[in-house]
Amino acid sequence: MADELSGHEGHEAVHRHEPPKSFIRKYIFSLDHKVIGVQYLTLALVAVFVGMILSVLMRMNLTWPDTTWPIIGAIKPESYLSLLTIHGTIMVFFVLTTAPQGGFGNYFLPIQIGADDMAFPVLNMLSFWVTFVGFVVLIMSFFVQEGAPIGGWTAYPPLSAIPSAGPGQGAGMNLWIISIAIFCVGSLLGALNFITTLINMRAKGLSLMRMPLTCWAWFTTAVLALLAFPVLLAAGVLLYLDRNAATSFFVPAGLYIKDVVLTEHAGGSPILWQHLFWFFGHPEVYIAILPGMGATSHILSTFARKPVFGYRAMVFAIFAIGLLGFFVWGHHMFISGMSPYSAMAFSILTLSIGVPSAVKTFNWLGTLWGGKIRFTTPMLFAIGFVSLFVAGGITGLVLGQTSLDLPMHDTYFVLGHFHLVMGVAAIFGMFAGIYFWFPKMFGRMMSERLGRIHFWITFVGVYSIFIPMHIMGIVGMPRRYSQFAENGQQIYGFLASLHPLVLFVTVAAIVTFFTQFIFLFNLLWSLFKGKKAGDNPWEATTLEWATTSPPPHDNFFGVPPVVYRGAYEYSVPGAPQDYIMQTTPDPADESQVSAQQGSKGNGHDGHKH
Amino acid sequence: MSTEAARADQLVAGEWSGGKHPYRIGHRKLGMWLFIVSDSLTFSALLIGYGYVRYSSDQWPTPFPFSPSIIFSTIMTLCLLSSSLTMVMGVSASARGDVKAIRKWLLLTIMFGVAFLVLHLIEWNHLIGEGLRPFSLPEEWLHRWPNASPLFGATFFAITGLHMFHVFTGAIYLGIVAARANKLKHEDVEISGLYWHFVDLVWMFVFPMIYLLSIDFKG
Amino acid sequence: MGRALAIIVWLLTLASVVLFFSGWWFPTTITEHGPRIDQQFLITIIVVGIAFVAAQVGLGWMVWRYSANSQNKDERALYTHGNNRLEVIWTVVTAIIFISLAVMGQRVWAQLHFSDAPAGSPQVEVVAQQFVWNMHYPGPDGKLGRTDPSLIKEDENNFIGLDDKDPNAKDDMTAATLVVPVNRPVELILRSKDVTHSFWVPQLRFKQDLVPGMQIHVHFTPTKVGQFQLACAELCGMNHYKMKGTLLVLPEDQYSAVMALPQAEFQAKVATFASGYDVGALYDEHGTKIGNSY
Ligand code: HEA
Ligand code: HEA
Ligand code: CUA
Ligand SMILES: [Cu+2]
Repeated sequence: MADELSGHEGHEAVHRHEPPKSFIRKYIFSLDHKVIGVQYLTLALVAVFVGMILSVLMRMNLTWPDTTWPIIGAIKPESYLSLLTIHGTIMVFFVLTTAPQGGFGNYFLPIQIGADDMAFPVLNMLSFWVTFVGFVVLIMSFFVQEGAPIGGWTAYPPLSAIPSAGPGQGAGMNLWIISIAIFCVGSLLGALNFITTLINMRAKGLSLMRMPLTCWAWFTTAVLALLAFPVLLAAGVLLYLDRNAATSFFVPAGLYIKDVVLTEHAGGSPILWQHLFWFFGHPEVYIAILPGMGATSHILSTFARKPVFGYRAMVFAIFAIGLLGFFVWGHHMFISGMSPYSAMAFSILTLSIGVPSAVKTFNWLGTLWGGKIRFTTPMLFAIGFVSLFVAGGITGLVLGQTSLDLPMHDTYFVLGHFHLVMGVAAIFGMFAGIYFWFPKMFGRMMSERLGRIHFWITFVGVYSIFIPMHIMGIVGMPRRYSQFAENGQQIYGFLASLHPLVLFVTVAAIVTFFTQFIFLFNLLWSLFKGKKAGDNPWEATTLEWATTSPPPHDNFFGVPPVVYRGAYEYSVPGAPQDYIMQTTPDPADESQVSAQQGSKGNGHDGHKH
Repeated sequence: MSTEAARADQLVAGEWSGGKHPYRIGHRKLGMWLFIVSDSLTFSALLIGYGYVRYSSDQWPTPFPFSPSIIFSTIMTLCLLSSSLTMVMGVSASARGDVKAIRKWLLLTIMFGVAFLVLHLIEWNHLIGEGLRPFSLPEEWLHRWPNASPLFGATFFAITGLHMFHVFTGAIYLGIVAARANKLKHEDVEISGLYWHFVDLVWMFVFPMIYLLSIDFKG
Repeated sequence: MGRALAIIVWLLTLASVVLFFSGWWFPTTITEHGPRIDQQFLITIIVVGIAFVAAQVGLGWMVWRYSANSQNKDERALYTHGNNRLEVIWTVVTAIIFISLAVMGQRVWAQLHFSDAPAGSPQVEVVAQQFVWNMHYPGPDGKLGRTDPSLIKEDENNFIGLDDKDPNAKDDMTAATLVVPVNRPVELILRSKDVTHSFWVPQLRFKQDLVPGMQIHVHFTPTKVGQFQLACAELCGMNHYKMKGTLLVLPEDQYSAVMALPQAEFQAKVATFASGYDVGALYDEHGTKIGNSY
């Protein structure tokens, strides 16, 4: 590892490094964590719109099957499954693993801990560009012969291992695996960087228990990523070998596909893939939501003007969720043919993970209790997060029970569950984050009026899309079906009564989809025309608000901040304002120190030079 | 500035209070540790996968006779063990700041590593010559173990291949460190040592699981 | 704003609850273990429903009650960092509730999976392949004949590769329909020819993947006669959505009549019996219609 990888180690307090001058070094191959953060967010934004368009196409096909649409033509069953696979993959990997962690984490973790950059800026740049390449490779799969893979985001073999098992399982599937493998590498580099930065680069006085909860969340997320992605990487390599080197890790003997007996494979186990995939997959869903939880805690406290209720419990809950998250992967496999005894153990552990989640919910309510709530747009989305997380989380308690998973597995009930937690709660965490931090990132406020319109419609919209899916699941609608009627004929009689719900969901999805353009417009418009934001427009306490908006290249003008208190000191009785920044020295302590040293600290709060 | 810092120190004492490297190691060393943690999970996934398919197979070939295979792989193991020893010597030379000694020990380490690679490739070549492939077993083995899983070759080549790749990159890495030994800090040499010891440690799992569990007692 | 938000949260909660009681529900179960799954589901939905409503009502109340406005501009929020006692209490209470749910949820599971089917239960081998279900019956000798993928000849209707040289295979029957008797435990042996599929009949409250390379034994006891649709619940390729099969639960007399037939007459007879039952309708053990499952 070359020296440049960590050029920031052991810097002197007053040393300042100049921002790069050339456009390419400044905006494209930038080493600045802030630019990289914005790059991640941009990637996620592009990805999420692609993913949303795919989801709307799916809804259209489910509601009006066998229709020939203008421009796109008819959606064939295999095209539907390609849409499904790429929708799931984009949303899980390129939206929810990039923006909350790579985007906001990159931008704000160093600033919130008072560092001038990440520990390994070059590695940071590499992580982004590697991830970007992964995205391009994934999108390329649409354009190869036979198109994108049809195996779903979970890519269960043998369907994913045997090219002849279906259209798209040839070149498209290869690209999918390559894309995911590349993504794993990018995430690993990122995770390593986050952990090192957080451990080694905290400003003076920023002890662990004074960190904002966002930092805890990003840190735990990075630990999960560091331990989960290598396993997916290994599994991906094995799957690739099965496909291209005729090995048989996941393929048993005697398969009969497309009128031929496959003689070149023997001895493998399809369930092994499921174990490896879900050992990664379950921690992955917490990778997706923990940063959102962190942002929610941060924002609730800021706008309720109250310290986080039970800060310590929140920290332990994050850790408990992260730790338990590694021991529950079997709940995706209750009916996979895995031992029914281990299913029981997984079930008990799964329901235990609800406990720290409930603790977090209680503490969020506790934070609001007795507050002086300011209903800004970020606050609305943070409150929406709590509502949606509860709605989606509790159905996990249904799915986590072995006997209830018998009817519920692989139905729309599961879709309802994970879209509420992941598809929208975690996304609401991102929305809250962008409305909250936009002023800091670009020096301008986003429009509150448009923000509110965006919130109201989206909030009602996503409830309307995803709550009915539970009902569909109870009635028995299986997931990953490209259509439920063919030639005007209902395929499964027991699903016939669901048609009004299906239509309702699709209409809600389309309305919600178009509402996102209000957000996009707000984002772009505010970038140029938004009201100028001060350094601390929300009157918040943490370090990102102790520097200019946007922060300078090295974040704090070469003067590392010093931290004197916990992250959420709002409404302290007797204090001159209803918030005390982390950088404000304690008056009591001030006099004590000045008595000792006979000199009074200048008490500057970080950016007034 | 300095008074403020002093004050903050008084407020929260201890290694984790910020403004310090709590493990007293620099970014790169910490980063290497984290890389090792994550890389060991990759190997664990492969080894556990290997255990899983081996356990669920009807029969698993045990084709390694004491001579030459086990003797061979034991020599390979000794090579790696000695290379760890020379690496330790290299690091302690670096602690003394003795650039010449660093280079000497690192070159020895690389030599042991290369010896390991060469022996390993001979071994691979031998097995491939017998007819072992990632997707099939030699004819002869199929007579002895008629229900044997063809995954023997797949697991063998995948796991030892990945490990070989680590030794290979490690040797190059040490080469770079040796070449730049006069410019590098002590910690950088230590970090390369961490990586090398890790690669050795992985072998200490691979060797028993791949070789010793497949000894051919009749051969 | 706070009040508007509270009202929206409450309305969405109310709408969600109403939707759960709007009449869309499971199709009626036709197995012995089904009612217990339904009961456990109902208990769970009520428990988590109460948690859901409580949390949303609480959330709405907080934003209603504690919003900053022009009257309370000069007051400050309550300055508190938490309450240890309260936190311990709610942690313990949720832990007890959640773990009890998990333990209760194991009972039906244990009953289904930790015991074998009683000796002498009828056996059927279910062989899934891309987009078709094949059922393989042992015939009067009660023994399933040998199968081998290399013997599969789809154009000769040998979909499962039955070895006609095997004496056990002589009297075996195959059909697309799964025929089982009412009120007796039946054992299924699930396997797949190509990729992973999943056996699922909503009325059975039962689902199990069919994994290539594995033979998975499962058992259940149907309690109603009738014809029901069998769906595939694991993504298996482009026509996953129409991999439809049929489950035919017959009264004992019809069942024994049809099972005594040789392959040639078997399929025709199954079709005749099936046509006597409306898809999805429920019949008692004598074949009298008693209602509809959905
Ligand atoms: C961000 C993503 C995310 C999160 C956080 C979760 C959280 C949980 N998930 Fe989910 N899950 C997914 C994403 C997520 N899941 C995805 C993507 C899938 C499908 C993958 C696929 O197959 O494609 C899935 C599938 C899935 C299954 C498999 C279903 C199946 O395929 O058969 C199961 C089964 O146990 C499960 C369980 C749980 C549980 C118990 C939690 C718990 O962590 C939930 C904990 C939360 C709570 C318990 C709510 C807390 C609040 C309260 C309880 C309020 C109480 C308050 C008062 C009383 C005032 N999930
Ligand atoms: C993050 C995860 C995520 C998100 C957001 C979504 C969003 C949506 N999803 Fe999807 N979905 C999945 C994850 C997600 N989904 C997964 C994992 C699967 C399973 C795939 C598989 O089976 O393999 C799936 C499958 C899936 C199906 C599959 C059905 C089937 O099994 O046959 C359907 C069908 O209706 C569907 C619908 C929708 C709709 C209508 C939306 C949306 O249109 C809802 C509206 C969206 C928003 C409100 C988000 C807007 C967000 C932004 C604009 C971000 C802003 C960006 C920044 C701040 C940087 N989804
Ligand atoms: Cu068979 Cu899906
Ligand atoms: Cu999970």
